[in-house]
Amino acid sequence: MVKFDTKVQELKYKVLREVAKEAWNGTLLSNVLKIPKKISSETPVARCCIYKEHAILGERVKLAMGGDSNNPNIIEIIDIACDECPTAGYEVTDLCRGCLAHHCESSCKKGAITFDENHTAHIDKSKCVNCGLCATVCPFSAIVNRKRPCQTACAIKAISIDETNCASIDNDKCTQCGACVYRCPFGAITDKSFILNAIDLLKHSDNNQNYKVYALIAPAISSQFKHAKLGQVVAGIKKLGFYTVVEAALGADMVAHAESRELAEKGFLTSSCCPAFVTYVKTAFPDLIPYVSHNLSPMATIAKYIKETTENAKIVFIGPCTAKKAEIQLETVKPYIDVAITFEELQALFDSRDIDITTLEEDVLDNASFFGRIFARSGGLSEAVAEGLKEQNLEFDLNPIACDGLDACRMALLKKSKNVLNANFIEGMACVGGCIGGAGCITHGEKNKADVDKYGKLAMEKTITDAISVLK
Amino acid sequence: MKITVCIGSSCHIKGSRLVAQQLQELIAKHNLDDKVELCGTFCMGKCQQGVCVTVDDNFFSVKPESVDEFFATNVIANL
Repeated sequence: MVKFDTKVQELKYKVLREVAKEAWNGTLLSNVLKIPKKISSETPVARCCIYKEHAILGERVKLAMGGDSNNPNIIEIIDIACDECPTAGYEVTDLCRGCLAHHCESSCKKGAITFDENHTAHIDKSKCVNCGLCATVCPFSAIVNRKRPCQTACAIKAISIDETNCASIDNDKCTQCGACVYRCPFGAITDKSFILNAIDLLKHSDNNQNYKVYALIAPAISSQFKHAKLGQVVAGIKKLGFYTVVEAALGADMVAHAESRELAEKGFLTSSCCPAFVTYVKTAFPDLIPYVSHNLSPMATIAKYIKETTENAKIVFIGPCTAKKAEIQLETVKPYIDVAITFEELQALFDSRDIDITTLEEDVLDNASFFGRIFARSGGLSEAVAEGLKEQNLEFDLNPIACDGLDACRMALLKKSKNVLNANFIEGMACVGGCIGGAGCITHGEKNKADVDKYGKLAMEKTITDAISVLK
Repeated sequence: MKITVCIGSSCHIKGSRLVAQQLQELIAKHNLDDKVELCGTFCMGKCQQGVCVTVDDNFFSVKPESVDEFFATNVIANL
């Protein structure tokens, strides 16, 4: 049984599954308006009434069908689903016991804490700078920070509150990493889905006769679908109608090989694998653009190889990432990838065809090396570049810094822009933990990193050179 | 002449890397670089018969230990 981290993901999955079912049957157009009622429960789950839930589900159906085509951002806000969470900042709650010590008062450098006749603390909003010191020192945890989860999730502050009190995304800043999608407790922020394009591609291939549809799967898949074996996931993907399954990790091997050469040549580099990180450099640190590796991402690199060596190949990327959906729209990547979907969406596709992967015979998956596979977790790319330098006998004293989460990326990029960074390679991953922390993952568990490493060790090829030697 | 070796998962496990590497060496040894093009592809749809190799449009099932013989009969002989 598939278990999602949150009920928001589960609801999104149900919508995707129903939309996909109708699409396979060719009945989407006639039945699309019936989907909200079909999914909804009889009583409201999180809203004032069933009608509002239906209306919101209607919006979710739109997003499952590709969303607003006038909005270039992959990430969209469903305005009627935004619950307008409180934004008051630090506030004293009724847990305040009116103690004698007044740690809050003495910790506050702005003199913003006062006490009423019941000895209860109050924060003067005109003086408070939201530093949070009072909250950390209060022995009763009586002071809380009322901040919107979406704004907390967005490390680069691309989310603001509009005049209607609804969250709003600044498209010029947004990296489309999807952190807010995963963090919004009301599911008001969602990534557009392109499963309909994937279904169309599979249907029109006529069993891979007209063209061959390749599934390119990201190595983070090893930490997902825990109710089944990876070989069964591969079998399930083929059962959906894909011609074959290829590891994007082989593209990662190719990237590690090329990137280590580029690094040794230039002396300083940032990675270019994570599209959200690259967008972040472009928008927030334009002066550092020349330092971004010129390699295409692993996804695009291996897809390019497939398209150049195979006539009539169509490629669907399946990964943990919402930003990949934006990456494939770039002119440099567009020719190689036809559709990008997430693991969440893959599960919906399985269930739309009633494919229970746990009952399938295990298929095989083995294209990449250990190093290509560990790109899925923070630190893996740096290890692979170190290995690439070693295997090619390149003289270079690698001093990498692995940054996961845009907060960590910002720190490193800021230091580099001031020329005080003690590192010569920035591994930049927008999601905490690396790709296994991606917003399109079904689960975000503590064991995910170990799962990736375990999958890495199962690779038949032990070196990058061996893994890519077949690509001639 | 174009030799294509399947490098999909199933053939890879059966030794397609070894097949491809030996073919590369043989092509170099016989100075056939300008006459024979070697390339890879993911899956030929005949996984049971791997390692799958095609020479132009003809299909062959090659094992890592039978590469020499395959090369002599189906490559050298047909040039």
